[in-house]
Amino acid sequence: MTSVVVVDYGAGNTRSVRSALRRLSYESVLTSEPTAIRDAEIVVLPGVGSARSAMNHLTSTGAVTAIRERFSAQKPIVGICLGMQLALDRSEEDGGVEGLGLIPGAVRRLPGGRVPRLGWQLVTPVNEAFYFAHSYFAETPCATGFSDEVSAIVESGSFIGVQFHPEKSGDAGLRLLEQCLTRA
Amino acid sequence: MAHGRVVKGVSFVGLRDVGDPVELATHYSDGGADELVLLDIAATPDDSSTMLEVVAMVADAITIPFTVGGGVRSVRDAAAIIEAGADRVSLNSAALATPSLITEIANRFGSQAVVVAIDAGDGVVHTHGGRRPTDVQTIPWAREAGDRGAGEILLTSIRQDGQRTGFDLELTAAVRDVLTIPVIASGGAGSAQHVAEALRVTEAALIASIVHENPTGLPGLRREIESFGIALRPWKERA
Repeated sequence: MTSVVVVDYGAGNTRSVRSALRRLSYESVLTSEPTAIRDAEIVVLPGVGSARSAMNHLTSTGAVTAIRERFSAQKPIVGICLGMQLALDRSEEDGGVEGLGLIPGAVRRLPGGRVPRLGWQLVTPVNEAFYFAHSYFAETPCATGFSDEVSAIVESGSFIGVQFHPEKSGDAGLRLLEQCLTRA
Repeated sequence: MAHGRVVKGVSFVGLRDVGDPVELATHYSDGGADELVLLDIAATPDDSSTMLEVVAMVADAITIPFTVGGGVRSVRDAAAIIEAGADRVSLNSAALATPSLITEIANRFGSQAVVVAIDAGDGVVHTHGGRRPTDVQTIPWAREAGDRGAGEILLTSIRQDGQRTGFDLELTAAVRDVLTIPVIASGGAGSAQHVAEALRVTEAALIASIVHENPTGLPGLRREIESFGIALRPWKERA
């Protein structure tokens, strides 16, 4: 059984991500320990919380360095929602926060419509609906999937990130999460 | 919910037991619900551990988002519910008593994690399960909740709750018009047509009685709503 490390950054709902992993027959460990993050077969950066508190937590535990080393070594990393956004160079959330810098680009506030953007939206080219809950989005040349004009899937090297919550998107979400986990 | 069971009343009273929360949540998740709301209407401090156990079991059983409300009075209460697996907490009387709580929870978990539930009747907000009117006007309060960081308003018409005669569309539209966050219409759904009417006015509609009476009827209800020309998310019934 493949072991997955779910990165603990002290905020939010990691239970649902781990529950989805269990459904897909992956065993998971929740930790912020740098060695575990660097050496795991797959790392998942889950996504609830605010950018600043997440980055502060990841920096203080040494996880930031471990994640960057993993990325340089081309080991798979899956980012979900905020976990995807953290991979970019910077975010304008919370007055401006430096990100992990794995993916070129910046995280910006959604420009229009009802914000937060909540609910199920169709993603192309996957052609399935997934559940979104966000106020910020990734502006990056690495987007490979879109929902309306918003980047929904972001890929570079060993990193794949999604703006939506596959763990909350029913059967279609589980199928997509499995594709992310087996992508590397 | 009350004391770990799913209950339903009419205009917030005359509650009767309609089933086990985990079983019903699984039916609705598998049956094509977009998200679920679990409100503990009899929440007391003694009940909070029961509720957290239910939240954790529901989180493990379903694959769609869910909101939990009732008895959330502090950031710590909200954190416990979210850590147990809920996506959002719903605040009601605690937000009225301490509006800064909305901002505190939003700062920690993001606006998308904070729903402010408003039980509205005769232009004012009600507390105590809709039984007690306050002097707080519904529309200014909805606007204030949004300004303080709420990510969504769950707007229940006390008059319509459980009546199954349709949503209060006028109230829903009036609140939606002054906000830039989504509004969930609640109270009064009795048919697919009622849901379709609400979805022409706002982003989301909450249903309770019509599915609690027929928990396996959700896929059919979805098709019926779509027959009124409403685009729901693509969804396939499991073979």
